[in-house]
Amino acid sequence: MERIPILKMGDMLLVTIQVDMHDRLAMTLQDDLTSRIVKDRARGVLIDISALDIVDSFIGRMISNTAAMARILDARTVLVGMQPAVAITLVELGLTLHGVRTALNVEKGVQLLKQTAE
Amino acid sequence: MSYNDVDATVLPVRSDEDVVRLRQSVREQMIAAGFSLIDQTKMITAASELARNTLRYGGGGEAYLEKLLKGARRGVGLTFVDHGPGIPDIPRALTDGYTSGGGMGLGLSGAKRLADEFELESAPGQGTTVRICKWKPY
Repeated sequence: MERIPILKMGDMLLVTIQVDMHDRLAMTLQDDLTSRIVKDRARGVLIDISALDIVDSFIGRMISNTAAMARILDARTVLVGMQPAVAITLVELGLTLHGVRTALNVEKGVQLLKQTAE
Repeated sequence: MSYNDVDATVLPVRSDEDVVRLRQSVREQMIAAGFSLIDQTKMITAASELARNTLRYGGGGEAYLEKLLKGARRGVGLTFVDHGPGIPDIPRALTDGYTSGGGMGLGLSGAKRLADEFELESAPGQGTTVRICKWKPY
């Protein structure tokens, strides 16, 4: 089955979504990420969506839910790399990504997670 | 609403993979019509929301993708047709945050905001037809 790879970087997990997401794949990623947080004792999760051309309400919900689950498992989530056109569209769509922190790119996302850990 | 435009491309909406393919077709059509990246993104996102509704609530159906021409204006139209249970309360279905499934309740209302034109026809037992259009600014 098609899966999105999750990389471990110290006590962080990095997910770079590079394929056009469909709903089943989004759900699989949500399950995989929560399992890996526990298995790898991760304190932070970085979700890089710089290669995603669209984020619709389903993907948005998956990201929000993942962040909420991660928080319960004592890990912080930062969403990075959102394209400007995606941000504009999300606002018009009415999606707020409640409880999700964002950063401009992976580097800034890592900084944000490190600050939080201190 | 009857659908009889001969210039339309018919795309199946029967699986998650069909939704991904449909988004790609919409993108190609938007690029061919010369839309900006922002307008492409808005139309593809609206298409994604409506395709999911067709699949989840309508039990699958078809999408009709067409090039539009009105005077000197160019646009892209997209019509989703399903023969599912239909929508009993349309104003309620168009309310932000209302969902009959597991979504966020932004599918219809969000697609309406993202498109330039939005038409919805549905009745219990009659299926649902949703049409959206995006027009290129001069």
